[in-house]
Amino acid sequence: MSADFAYILVYSTGQALRLEKLLLAAGVDCKPVPVPRHLSSDCGICLRIAPEDGEATQKVVAASGLDVPGLKE
Amino acid sequence: MSTERNDPELVYLDNAATSWPKPPCVAEAMRRFLDKTGANPGRSGHRLSIAASRMVYSAREAIAELFNAPDPLRVAFGLNVTDSLNQALHGLLHPGQHVITSGMEHNSVMRPLRVLEARGVAMTVLPCAADGSLDPADVEAAIRPETRMIVVNHASNVCGTIQPLKPLGEIARRHNLLLLADTAQSAGAVPIDMQADLIDLLAFTGHKSLYGPTGTGGLVLGERVDEAELIPLRQGGTGSHSEHDEHPPFLPDLLESGTPNTVGLAGLGASVRWVLQKGVAAIRDEEQALVSPLLAGLQETPGVKVYGPGAGKGRTATISLNIEDMATSEAGLRLDEEFGILCRVGLHCAPAAHRTLGTFPAGALRFGLGIFNTPQDVTRVLAAVRILAGGR
Ligand SMILES: Cc1ncc(COP(=O)(O)O)c(C=O)c1O
Repeated sequence: MSADFAYILVYSTGQALRLEKLLLAAGVDCKPVPVPRHLSSDCGICLRIAPEDGEATQKVVAASGLDVPGLKE
Repeated sequence: MSTERNDPELVYLDNAATSWPKPPCVAEAMRRFLDKTGANPGRSGHRLSIAASRMVYSAREAIAELFNAPDPLRVAFGLNVTDSLNQALHGLLHPGQHVITSGMEHNSVMRPLRVLEARGVAMTVLPCAADGSLDPADVEAAIRPETRMIVVNHASNVCGTIQPLKPLGEIARRHNLLLLADTAQSAGAVPIDMQADLIDLLAFTGHKSLYGPTGTGGLVLGERVDEAELIPLRQGGTGSHSEHDEHPPFLPDLLESGTPNTVGLAGLGASVRWVLQKGVAAIRDEEQALVSPLLAGLQETPGVKVYGPGAGKGRTATISLNIEDMATSEAGLRLDEEFGILCRVGLHCAPAAHRTLGTFPAGALRFGLGIFNTPQDVTRVLAAVRILAGGR
């Protein structure tokens, strides 16, 4: 199934905003959105990206040193 | 009698307690946040909540830039420096351990330490020289196998003495201790670089020389502090980790339960960016340009005794003095009522520091200058002190 969006889950809003900056700086478009219900029961936010940016995103996450739950399709 | 700052009659010299006035951008940012954003940060996913989160995050970034902190996410906001010092001390010190501090501390360090002492944390309070300076060699000599932390007041709220932190940081690293700095009086007034100065825990308050609103402050954690060892003073809602009953283990959420003072943080973010734009070194130079003539004039006035270091590098713009044979309470009241000069008298929440300076229990008159004072203020203060000292 090809999804409309992929999501990067994070542990905190601070992480989301930090990662957003890093992704935008790396040319990966993203947007903070509420965590979709099917991914987590957490009430926080996560970052939404285009599915084709998954690989570039993984690289930015790895380089950031941030400990995040990571990418969900 | 006027009660408004824009009345030219008033000289506000109580910046060491709370700076005033504030740069106009501070109230503007607070008002803008209340009017346009308002929402709860980090709790909801709608646009205003995310805007509020962004505002808080950008205040974190400003603080991290100001202190050269390793990571904005290691900036944990709190109510004021008292709150953050309590967090650092109660969160990291346990019975059986030992902590070293100085004889120049504010009660916001001394009182939590006395409580910890009663619970079995050993403490050493090192005497300082008459000018308020602490000898790093004394610190090193006081270290025991169970020593865990060195905590010092970076700049004295009584007489402005700056305690160089790097030598203490070097000692802390050599002996595997943590260095906690109370920067209540120095943040924004003295250049601070957490990484170059080897500060492990930096506690700051927003309403003094950062020119922000009251109700803001925080603790910045260096890389050597393991947050897994830090016990939060409070537990509660953070907007994160919501599926768990357990408190989140990661920073800054670990130390930030409950809805933060968003309006205050909007003001703090603006004030810190204002400080950054002006430059801490430039602020310091401007203040020292007022301190030198004020100190010189006070020292030349017969009957006036000035405490702490002389003009030069090792002091902030806070000056303590006494007028011979005049109670500080009387001097303070007369300065206010007859001259419109507002300062603070007494012990300044720092009996230990006054013991060091030899001014306990009578206290002293304190002139705390800030960036908005002028050469005219200095002239008026000197004239008033001369009248009080001479005309009795
Ligand atoms: C050196 C020092 N530490 C701590 C404090 C406490 O500051 P706050 O009241 O903002 O917690 C002050 C000021 O009152 C201070 O000068």
